[in-house]
Amino acid sequence: MSAEAATAPVGRSLASPTTESAGAKLLLIVLGLGFLALFLVIPLFAVFAEAFRNGVAVYFEAFEDPDTQAAIRLTLLVAAIAVPLNIVFGLAASWAIAKFEFRGKSFMLTLIDLPFSVSPVVSGMCYVILFGASGYFGPWLDKHGIQIIFAVPGLVLATVFVTFPFVARELIPLMQEQGTSEEEAALSLGANGWRTFWSVTLPNVRWALLYGVLLSNARAMGEFGAVSVVSGHLRGLTNTLPLQVEILYNDYNFVAAFAAASLLAGLGLVTLVIKSLLEWRYGGEISSKHRK
Amino acid sequence: MKRFLAARLLAALTVVAPVAVAAPAAAQSTLTNVSYDPTRELYKDFNALFAKHWKAETGQDIRVQVSHGGSGKQARSVIDGLNADVVTLALASDIDAIAKATKKLPADWQKRLPNNSSPYTSTIVFLVRKGNPKGIKDWNDLVKPGVEVITPNPKTSGGARWNYLAAWAYGLKQNDNDPEKAKAFVAELFKHVPVLDSGARGSTTTFAQRGLGDVLLAWENEAYLSFQEFGDDKFEIVFPSISILAEPPVAIVDANVDKNGSRKAAEAYLNLLYSPEGQSLAAKHFYRPVKPETVSNKADVERFKSINLVTIDDTFGGWAKAQGEHFGDGGVFDQIFKPGN
Amino acid sequence: MSRATFRTPSALPGFGLTFGFAWLWLTLIILLPLGGVILWAGSLGVERLIQIASDPRTLAALKVSFGLSLLAAALNAVFGLILAWILTRYDFPGRRLVDAAVDLPFALPTAVAGIALAAIYAPNGWIGALLPFKVAYTPLGIFVALVFIGLPFVVRTLQPVLIDLDRELEEASATLGARRPVTLARVILPTLFPALLVGFALAFARAVGEYGSVIFIAGNVPYVSEIAPLIIIMKLEEFDYGAATAVATIMLLISFALLLLINLLEAWTRRRLGHVS
Repeated sequence: MSAEAATAPVGRSLASPTTESAGAKLLLIVLGLGFLALFLVIPLFAVFAEAFRNGVAVYFEAFEDPDTQAAIRLTLLVAAIAVPLNIVFGLAASWAIAKFEFRGKSFMLTLIDLPFSVSPVVSGMCYVILFGASGYFGPWLDKHGIQIIFAVPGLVLATVFVTFPFVARELIPLMQEQGTSEEEAALSLGANGWRTFWSVTLPNVRWALLYGVLLSNARAMGEFGAVSVVSGHLRGLTNTLPLQVEILYNDYNFVAAFAAASLLAGLGLVTLVIKSLLEWRYGGEISSKHRK
Repeated sequence: MKRFLAARLLAALTVVAPVAVAAPAAAQSTLTNVSYDPTRELYKDFNALFAKHWKAETGQDIRVQVSHGGSGKQARSVIDGLNADVVTLALASDIDAIAKATKKLPADWQKRLPNNSSPYTSTIVFLVRKGNPKGIKDWNDLVKPGVEVITPNPKTSGGARWNYLAAWAYGLKQNDNDPEKAKAFVAELFKHVPVLDSGARGSTTTFAQRGLGDVLLAWENEAYLSFQEFGDDKFEIVFPSISILAEPPVAIVDANVDKNGSRKAAEAYLNLLYSPEGQSLAAKHFYRPVKPETVSNKADVERFKSINLVTIDDTFGGWAKAQGEHFGDGGVFDQIFKPGN
Repeated sequence: MSRATFRTPSALPGFGLTFGFAWLWLTLIILLPLGGVILWAGSLGVERLIQIASDPRTLAALKVSFGLSLLAAALNAVFGLILAWILTRYDFPGRRLVDAAVDLPFALPTAVAGIALAAIYAPNGWIGALLPFKVAYTPLGIFVALVFIGLPFVVRTLQPVLIDLDRELEEASATLGARRPVTLARVILPTLFPALLVGFALAFARAVGEYGSVIFIAGNVPYVSEIAPLIIIMKLEEFDYGAATAVATIMLLISFALLLLINLLEAWTRRRLGHVS
């Protein structure tokens, strides 16, 4: 960074020995923002530009397709099942991990993190290995007429897998930081365990919880790779919205594909807005140590 | 009071969400057709035709659910338990694989319907850019320096396996049936392939929408369709001196229809493909009907050019043999794609 | 072994319930399914496993996945550091907006990112048309997608560390006569290094397994632009569960090793920054 060698005492602040020169600042800002624009902003913009390419009327026509409507309903359904399951798990796991000291804790944490780094393809595939007709439990399921993969249960399982860590990972660092003294005080005042949890712990972590739910919901609705493996791609039946995007794209229906994509992108943007508002308003109550 | 807001929000979420996903109207019977990649437009129309027919015949409403993808991949899904009533795939060996792995339909399924269970056939042609700037006339033009060829991956796509075999047939014909020389030709051809998509539709998109490559090896129906989708002024079809008769077969998955109680509908569905209306629809979507005389719009039939076609049985000894030899693990295709070849 | 040595005694209730439930859920959702994959691969026998693992096409795909992920994570480390720095240290119009935008890849579905990137980096796309070389449908396209999905990891790992960074150290360094670049290189960078490494590792781990955004923009040419997850899909589509589970197991082991490394690095970071939790 040789640009910093030049000292230029201009700009909004005086050059000080603990900050960079105005020129260096400008350079860094331009570099950072340019990078962001090239890789993040332009693709996002492209989604909407392509979706509205043939006008607003064509855009809305895309959502009259019954298969696309079914995909939207299915996506909501899968998220509505998967996210609450992860809330329950996240609360239980973070209570055990954050409020107690026990052996093997870091191993447990690593396992919880595992879905972050497991390829989505593998996440979907492991349920095929378990429940597919030629998988471990396939013959038994088939005999009893239970359909898991290529049906809603498989889609839910794959979604739960990929969104597994989100809630727990938001709660654990915060709960660890808050320690156990408040809970101990409540208990000593005669509250039972559940009451302590509901009136002391939960209010303390509510914003972090909401934050985790948001991220987990965004991922649940947007997951592609894992659900692609277990879906079977039946139009109007087992296609979630991201899969419908791919199908429309391959149907040469580019405008409809980007219209469906814009819905998902809109969901992502809403998630970001709420998340930013939460951070801005309740920043202190959401752990500053979170990384996702 | 803000304290329980989070809890209330969560409660609201779990209450509202199921309402938002109020189940679609039930009480209509369904039929599931698992098909390959380029039949999307055909079956969209055909399903509507069938629903009308079924209503007229039985008074019942029926909804046909379709799934499209690379033919091999679709067969895998059915083997893994995808509840298909009928399969309409790109080639016989994929249905053979289902029969062999699941025993859900008999090994001789292909004898149950006329014409090897193929209500329509197709072939492999070249799609080039308007004006044919690289002067592509036949297979040997594809291996000229600077020519880029687009084809999907033979491991996952049925159409790509027909592409590959058509090239092989040309290689045999040019070299007095010397398989080593045919192999060398196909190997050289695949060196000109910059992109391998997993299905036929992906390759068409790559060629037509993304502007990659000089020649697309395509299903004839897919090539004609690209005129409709992307405009008449962008591409030209080149018919090579020799190609292959591609027979995409259809079959009922017996164990599934018996479980679903849909045998009658499934049979009616496949039979309708052979009816004059079904044949007319196939021709309209650029598939070569097996009973061209029954097609209502004669122009749809007359536009098909007659080409010199080899068959899988005569040139390759049937699909069972070709599949293992060329596309199995360690087969010829794998050898061709080894580095340094 | 008595229970007391397994966990430190605490006045709080509910350990048994939550610990038991968490493990039950972990077992059902994570351990059992992944165990099934590993078991299936294990049943193939060592010889077959080695044969699959040493298949040149599989090796080439692993090389593509790992090589490009490393490069993408490296680029993200550089620009992630710059972004984290300008977001925490400088004030400029729209800073809050930029800060929020960094999370875009978390919120945007991968398939949407994939078709959007393919559309703009294709030879006839907005950016692709301006470039003299091809991006989409080449390894470079994969690289672009992997940069996209990995960026937030580096920024979000560095930001809290930068906020917590003790300014007195910088002032001391300046008081002792060090010029700003020297302070940056000798004082700040070493302090940030562990966090940077964590961010890098997270971005890398995510990139190695990425599928949705890559397949739209990769050419999927064997030996050139075919990624490891695609090999798994292909093997599944060819009815070859054995090979699919074998490649999946290789990738799983690598993910697990990476995560272990990341957790160790994080512990190290906390110690270095003097946070005892």
